[in-house]
Amino acid sequence: MSLMTEITIFVLAVFVGFEVISKVPTTLHTPLMSQTNAIHGIVMLGGLIVLGFANDGLEYVIGTIAVAFGAINIVGGFLVTDRMLGMFSRKPKPQSKPASSASRPGAGGSDGGGS
Amino acid sequence: MSLLAVLKPGGDAATALYIVAFSLFIIGIKQGTHPTTAKRGNLIAAAGMAIAVVTTLLLDGMGNWGLIVLGLGIGTAVGVIASTRVQMTEMPQMVALYNGVGGGAVALIAWSEIRHGISIGEDFPLDSLIPIIFAGVIGSVSFWGSNIAFAKLQDLIPTRPIAAPGQQVINAVLLIAIVVICVVLAVDHQSPSQGLFILLLVLAAILGNLVVLPIGGADMPVVISLLNAFTGLSAAAAGFALDNVALIVAGTLVGSSGTILTMEMATAMNRSVSNILFSGFGGAPAAGGGGGGEEKPHVSIGAQDAAIKLAYADSVVIVPGYGLAVAQAQHAIKEVADELEKRGVTVNYAIHPVAGRMPGHMNVLLAEADVAYENLKEMEEINPEMSRTDVAVVVGANDVTNPAAKNDPDSPIAGMPIIEVSEAQEVIVIKRSLSPGFAGIDNDLFYEPNTSMLFADAKAAASEIAAEIGNL
Repeated sequence: MSLMTEITIFVLAVFVGFEVISKVPTTLHTPLMSQTNAIHGIVMLGGLIVLGFANDGLEYVIGTIAVAFGAINIVGGFLVTDRMLGMFSRKPKPQSKPASSASRPGAGGSDGGGS
Repeated sequence: MSLLAVLKPGGDAATALYIVAFSLFIIGIKQGTHPTTAKRGNLIAAAGMAIAVVTTLLLDGMGNWGLIVLGLGIGTAVGVIASTRVQMTEMPQMVALYNGVGGGAVALIAWSEIRHGISIGEDFPLDSLIPIIFAGVIGSVSFWGSNIAFAKLQDLIPTRPIAAPGQQVINAVLLIAIVVICVVLAVDHQSPSQGLFILLLVLAAILGNLVVLPIGGADMPVVISLLNAFTGLSAAAAGFALDNVALIVAGTLVGSSGTILTMEMATAMNRSVSNILFSGFGGAPAAGGGGGGEEKPHVSIGAQDAAIKLAYADSVVIVPGYGLAVAQAQHAIKEVADELEKRGVTVNYAIHPVAGRMPGHMNVLLAEADVAYENLKEMEEINPEMSRTDVAVVVGANDVTNPAAKNDPDSPIAGMPIIEVSEAQEVIVIKRSLSPGFAGIDNDLFYEPNTSMLFADAKAAASEIAAEIGNL
């Protein structure tokens, strides 16, 4: 790939990134950060290539550590994001019943409380 | 293992699979715009990652399978154990840690690439040497900076700003030294010195430490977000060096996301990113010991009074802050809300953009306590409702409710967007003391006639209020 092709891809990816991410609501920013954090674990591919083609002692060590670091980043990142998002999608128990009864005329809720 | 090796490195088939992988990342993030699809989005992104990893493992010429399995095994085990054990309140440091190892991986890859290039003895083309240098420096800064952020959030080292005299000068000298070495390495690209590159990694490591150490614990979210962007960019740089399109796109996406989040947080605090990074804000009390000295008149109440005020209200808005996260009071607060809802009181939560220790962190904590997503209101959404609210309960939040930000143009936080709780009919502030918040300034809210202070630990107070309401 020529350098200019790579720069083209880079610039387009900047715009895609800004476009996609600016649509995520503040509420979901922590999971977003955690998920993008997992995505930069993609550097593990670099670690795999270094290790896969390594041929001296130090390179074995560096490569293995890089792969382990990358794997922590990927596996941990996606798992923890999944845990967090599981809390958002978990259906809350149907507690909206009493709240909706309060919207009846006469504010029955606070009257009932006063008695 | 040649049976497995079916893809040519840099060949069309491998690149095509990488394109599939990064497309899945983009789709995955896009699904993250709504809580109902976000979980699936995360799985889609993870599937993209699996494709990218398998593709790389299938590249022709890959060897050292024992070590690859070892590295993958260790990393997976650590990742699984850490992720399943971590508490939701500890999420910021978890992200910091994962971010750090990602940056560390980039720095190691860059070092290895330099070694590899030198050992082959070929002329280093600048379009691969420059990205390697960039990846090494940023990766190293990110690794050490993230580790310090992790240690601060985990209370392994003091969260208060730690700064040596002349810190800025030292940082500047380090930065200049790093730039000079980068230039020397690039000019000497026929035979770059490995020793010089290692020195570069070390200097970047020291810089990473020195930049993050003086930053207070409450500013860590901004730092983590910024370092997240850094790691993303360094991954993209590694992609330039390795001619790997998946690394370029994925790294750049993360760089964009980290940059947006950092800027949004800075805006929410009405401070510039450089102010957060270099001012050591909160280190010295800016307002000259705001809380000390004479005590202004304020109304102090107990849990029972608070329970009565809440129980006979029609609408209540809960304003959770950093203190709620520290006290882990999210479940107790949910109990209060449940008791109130049983009585027909409308309960909403007003979330300031920087509430908690990360943007959106408060939402995660409240979601953990089973608070319905619809009840979490953003600042812009809730402020117009405030004047129609009977009681606003401020739990562990301080500066984000300070009316001085709106009324006093000389205040250090002037112009910072706040949740306008003083517009509500009554305000209850649950707080340990009248001490000033992170900005080091007094909160006028505490002394307003419609404000009652409930001095207690957030968790204990909330449990007590919930019990009192139940008894009414």
